[in-house]
Amino acid sequence: MENRWELNKNLAQMLKGGVIMDVTTPEQARIAEEAGACAVMALERIPADIRAAGGVSRMSDPKMIKGIQEAVSIPVMAKCRIGHFAEAQVLQAIEIDYIDESEVLSPADDVYHIDKTKFDVPFVCGAKDLGEALRRINEGASMIRTKGEPGTGDVVQAVRHMRKMMSDIRRLTSCAEDELFDEAKKLQVPYDLVLYVHKNGKLPVVNFAAGGVATPADASLMMQLGAEGVFVGSGIFKSGNPAKRARAIVQAVTNYTDAKLIAELSEDLGEAMVGINEQEIQLLMAERGK
Amino acid sequence: MRIGVLCLQGAFIEHIHMLGSLGAESFEIRQKSDLARSFDGLIIPGGESTVIGKLLGDLGMMDDVRNMITDGMPVFGTCAGLILLARHIENDPHVYLGTMDISARRNAYGRQLGSFACTADMKGIGEIPMTFIRAPYIEKVSGNAETLSVVDGHIVAAREGNQLVTAFHPELTGDTRVHEYFLKMIKH
Repeated sequence: MENRWELNKNLAQMLKGGVIMDVTTPEQARIAEEAGACAVMALERIPADIRAAGGVSRMSDPKMIKGIQEAVSIPVMAKCRIGHFAEAQVLQAIEIDYIDESEVLSPADDVYHIDKTKFDVPFVCGAKDLGEALRRINEGASMIRTKGEPGTGDVVQAVRHMRKMMSDIRRLTSCAEDELFDEAKKLQVPYDLVLYVHKNGKLPVVNFAAGGVATPADASLMMQLGAEGVFVGSGIFKSGNPAKRARAIVQAVTNYTDAKLIAELSEDLGEAMVGINEQEIQLLMAERGK
Repeated sequence: MRIGVLCLQGAFIEHIHMLGSLGAESFEIRQKSDLARSFDGLIIPGGESTVIGKLLGDLGMMDDVRNMITDGMPVFGTCAGLILLARHIENDPHVYLGTMDISARRNAYGRQLGSFACTADMKGIGEIPMTFIRAPYIEKVSGNAETLSVVDGHIVAAREGNQLVTAFHPELTGDTRVHEYFLKMIKH
């Protein structure tokens, strides 16, 4: 198992500096791959549509996911509901490359997350702060992403979560060693994980930004705040020119500190997704699964 | 000695750390202007070959990098780097840099469930730990390319003059010997 977790962390390392894009059809998956996505997230409805449709949102049809696996050569991820280990078993059975135990779908368990150590395929999980991140890692997640607020096109929550996580990490690194026991208690995680963060100044797994990223400048912002890569959900295929926007975001992540290049990349991208401000939304997906 | 590490996407920081632990100076190559700096060797890291290949083109770097390599710049490609250097890819119509006489197979071990770690011999080094992540292997070497390592009947490391490739990721292990081998290649 230890070996499997290492290999699964290693795959996330290969995704760094890249953009993972939500796609709903094989055709979109090909557009994403062609534009330079380092992986795709296969799902029936992108978060903006899940939000608009309401109701219970579940794992996608395996047939639809397989169609996307056949369409592209890059890793394919898919979402299962928080705590729904049977959905995760199904995704493992079709040899998915990464499972996202995601707050975007309706939670299946309001107490327990999936025991991810029982699986051979890797998991990525959302987190709003260091405590959530380390709790998911302790359950076996081999990659973390900020929760942000999916399907809004509003980056404010991803920024809040990334800033919180980074400041939590910085604070831990400056703690005295004998203070770490109490930190572990407060964060509700094992001491060893707290010690790792204290010594290394980073999470023990790769950390991406997600939720509300819609423009090349959004991607640059998240990278400068410390993200190691970016998930773009609704932001691409809800926009006027998905292929062009996708390509621009990919380049913006690679050269995230080159403002001149990002200015060029931001020209003539067409309509960005409309977006909803956080005050206007009824359902806070980020509050699911702590 | 200074090594340029291609930092367009993927696991490049791991190479930089490993070079640092060997006392070799390195810098990040993220765009065309970075190629104008002076350096003695180039590392093309693991990641997604489709992404790195695409960015080499979009950022106008493909021809410059290819010319550097054909002019003799020592280059070390791991995983995606191997695919980018291959003259032919069995299961992909793309050719990227195409400077090395090898034929590669992408995702040759299947999806993530096929990823594995092992130890095996590499010619000129000895037994080393090898980590394969959705890895390619080399279907065949031709011309002046030489096989350096075989695992389960598949070629996983090769060299052709100034070009060194591994299907596995030495930068993900604590073993620095493959990087030392590359630094020696540069010195000679």
